[in-house]
Amino acid sequence: MKAIWLVELVALTLVPPLLVGVIRKTKALAAGRVGPSLWQLHRDLLKLARKELALSGTTTWVFVVAPAIALATALLGALLVPLGTLPAAIAFDGDFVLFAYVFALGRFFTAAAALDTGSPFEGMGASREVGFAWLTEPALFFGFLVLARLSGAASLDRMLRSTESSAWLERTAPLVLVAAGLFVVLLTECGRLPVDDPATHLELTMIHEVMILDHSGPLLALVEYAAALKLFVLSALLLHVVVPAAAFSGWSGFALFLGGLVAIAVAIGAVESTMARLRLLHVPTLLIAAALSSGFALLFLAGGAP
Amino acid sequence: MTSLLQSLVAALLLVNLVALGTSRIATVVRAVALQGVLLGVLAVAAHGGVTPRVVALAVASAFLKGWLIPVILFRALRQVGIRLEVEPSLGLLPSLLLGAFATVAAVAAGGRLPAAETRLAPLLIPASLATVASGFILLTTRRKAINQVLGYLVLENGIFIFGLLLVEAMPFLVEAGVLLDLFVGIFVLSIIIHHISREFATLDTRELSLLKE
Amino acid sequence: MPPLPVVLPLAMAVVVFLAPSKVWRPRLVAATAAAHLAATLAALRHPGEVSPAAWLRLDAPGRLLLAVVSVLFLACAVYSVGYLSYRVERANRRFCACMLATLGSMSLVAYAQHLGLLWVALEATTLGTAPLIYFNRTARSIEATWKYLVISSVGIALALMGSFFIGYAALLGGREASLLFGDLLASAPSLSKPWLRAGFTLLVVGYGAKLGLAPMHTWKPDAYGEAPGVVGAVLAGGLTSCALFALLRFAQITAAAGEGLFANRLLVGMGLASMGVAAALMLGQRDLKRMLAYSSVEQMGLLALASGLGAAASFATLFHLVNNALGKGVLFLTVGNLHRAFGGKTTAEVHGALRRLPLSGYLFLFGLFAVTGAPPFGAFLSELLILEAAFDARRFLVGGLYLAFLMLAFAGMGATSLAALQGRPPRSARDSTYRDSFTTFAPALALLALVLLFGIHLPAPVRALISDAAAALAVGR
Repeated sequence: MKAIWLVELVALTLVPPLLVGVIRKTKALAAGRVGPSLWQLHRDLLKLARKELALSGTTTWVFVVAPAIALATALLGALLVPLGTLPAAIAFDGDFVLFAYVFALGRFFTAAAALDTGSPFEGMGASREVGFAWLTEPALFFGFLVLARLSGAASLDRMLRSTESSAWLERTAPLVLVAAGLFVVLLTECGRLPVDDPATHLELTMIHEVMILDHSGPLLALVEYAAALKLFVLSALLLHVVVPAAAFSGWSGFALFLGGLVAIAVAIGAVESTMARLRLLHVPTLLIAAALSSGFALLFLAGGAP
Repeated sequence: MTSLLQSLVAALLLVNLVALGTSRIATVVRAVALQGVLLGVLAVAAHGGVTPRVVALAVASAFLKGWLIPVILFRALRQVGIRLEVEPSLGLLPSLLLGAFATVAAVAAGGRLPAAETRLAPLLIPASLATVASGFILLTTRRKAINQVLGYLVLENGIFIFGLLLVEAMPFLVEAGVLLDLFVGIFVLSIIIHHISREFATLDTRELSLLKE
Repeated sequence: MPPLPVVLPLAMAVVVFLAPSKVWRPRLVAATAAAHLAATLAALRHPGEVSPAAWLRLDAPGRLLLAVVSVLFLACAVYSVGYLSYRVERANRRFCACMLATLGSMSLVAYAQHLGLLWVALEATTLGTAPLIYFNRTARSIEATWKYLVISSVGIALALMGSFFIGYAALLGGREASLLFGDLLASAPSLSKPWLRAGFTLLVVGYGAKLGLAPMHTWKPDAYGEAPGVVGAVLAGGLTSCALFALLRFAQITAAAGEGLFANRLLVGMGLASMGVAAALMLGQRDLKRMLAYSSVEQMGLLALASGLGAAASFATLFHLVNNALGKGVLFLTVGNLHRAFGGKTTAEVHGALRRLPLSGYLFLFGLFAVTGAPPFGAFLSELLILEAAFDARRFLVGGLYLAFLMLAFAGMGATSLAALQGRPPRSARDSTYRDSFTTFAPALALLALVLLFGIHLPAPVRALISDAAAALAVGR
């Protein structure tokens, strides 16, 4: 194993909470505040790990197990995508389907844990989350289809890493459309504006936050880290769609990878600072538009564009 | 250059979707303005060479459609003081899906019709047909007069895209004439909107039903 | 140097707009109209040498259109002098300027040899006439103007797309892509058929919306109903002729390319549909101006049908176009007078017109005969010729339906008009102060005299004008 890989692995376990910190910092700076430190989430996680666990009497084993499963599925997702200079640890034909449904599994257990508490708020959050999540699948799968068509491969790793520079230039339009669709999927899966406001205190307006209201201590730390990891994985996916794989080689490639992730986080922060939350009625419209955007990319490939 | 053209056409199709699916009038106006700017860039990209006349036309198109017309429309909106929500007679999601279906149909139809060359036509013909269809959907499924005006603008944009294919046969005199007519039409239409709102205290065209058979 | 009949009205439109005197503006309009007619006659006599590649050229069909428009407009301009002096309470700046701008645009339609320029001119006529419809500033006229603008503008936009399709068909034909009518006719057989069909369909829909063919006719009753009578005359006589001309030119190109059967079927179908819809909606119509609007829809259907009968009916089509334009002028100008005298335009308010306003009343009656095709007026001859062309082509069903719809329309129009004309005028009307004056009566009389003349004996110059135009439009069909 090369030294660079070891360094990268260590660094990458620390990066996901950093991304969340970058988003918060961007929002703060845009609002004219100084904002929390970039490492605040790391500190929060350490603090939570030391705290006492408080379990409600109505909950069962599902409630305890769900954060672990969320983290496990997020980790599995991370193993399925290439991370900059690191190729995907697990790759086989058709693994993109596993990728999509691994997150669905995590979401299923999180929602189950929310329902397990018996609180009406959490049940409301669970229904909203699931109600929007299934709409992200078309966008995701259209994107994968486009990538498969472009690269001729059926495995995520090869799809994302076989886009050579020249081919990428010619295929800008479909890739841009897919990237737009994936960006919306990213915002939805990670509970960001304009779909869900992560900083709101009003339970009735929450989607993701309200599902984890009752978690505490180490369980909450797991949940938060899993959410950050999901953000990291989807950002890496998006980055690989946008930037050709040949750029990621050596130390400069790793730096580029980190820079790209930070850029995506800043973009998310910018979007959050400029947009208000959509009315829940209109969120399906946004998601279908994302699906159509990816679908149009298919049109470009199939419609005989040169 | 091909990828730039492709990206522009992709952006145009996306803007169509935004115009169809959004629920705020201000967003539709901005989407149409963005479309105007994109068309200016497309005009330059399609011509290949950069001559002064091409640049002048692109700048005029971007200026008129991207800035001046939105300014007029926003002023009309402020004067009228209406609620800034789109009120469609066909729901937003169905119109979005209808627009997507029309885009797919446009691509299919574009493939059927014979093309003169292979660089511009396969991209521009479907884009033009799709934009015209989106404009038509906007025009017929929106109740507020100002949304109908915006649908008309999108329709004209779609026609302009097709006109780019006839660049040699359509000297800029006529393209300028097209733009001018567009401008005058919008001006007259916004004046009418102002009068409609004054008389009827609403821009809902369902209220315009005094005249019957 | 653009031709005088185009430049003069446009320049005078600016002058009139800036002129400070309310009294002088209508007079300037009338003077300009007279000068326009003089310039037209001069252009007819000395066509001058213009290169075939010019965008502005007065060919035979253009000459006919220019003449019709000019004569009709002069009548309307003289009428508006009297009309505007009666309606002093209204500002007439925009009215006068828009009238002249419309005249200029219609002249441009006659001169235009380039597809795009033709389109620009027709769009200009739409924009120029919209403020005219809105002259009365009521809620209903706003509604009418809005519908007119939306439907006409969308129609014009679709027509532009159709023009582009035709241009693209030419591009595919391999020749130098040119949008001049002469070039398109010459290269017609090599035009790409799918594009030509699609383009022609769009053109029929687009310019048909301007004509008022069903199902794009819904703006007509509202616009004609709420506009002042003189505006109705300009719309029904002038604008429709311009739109029909555009349609005829395109039908010619389509036929020359070998798709004549397709074009004819489309035109005949839409024509019959319009005639049917109009005839049905005219029965029991109580508003006089709306009735005239439906009559216009019906006549446009008739003209579309006649265009679809091919080269044999070419002369008849154009002859009927002339009769219709002049006849509608008579009707609209006199209905305006009736509106003034009775304070209303429905049969509830208007009855006994023959007693209250004998001059205008009898003119309206004879105008009714002129438009519905009663002998000895010209329309009788032209409608007969069209029927003959239909039967000669063994299209008996078409001819039969045509006759049936004409009869229905006559019945509907006759019932409504006679209800308005006969009987005793109501007390309120008897006491109103409106009287027929020279300027509000003579123009309509002059137009009626022309239609009568054409029916009895078509003067040789006029016949030559029409047959030259017909021959030019029949090439290739």
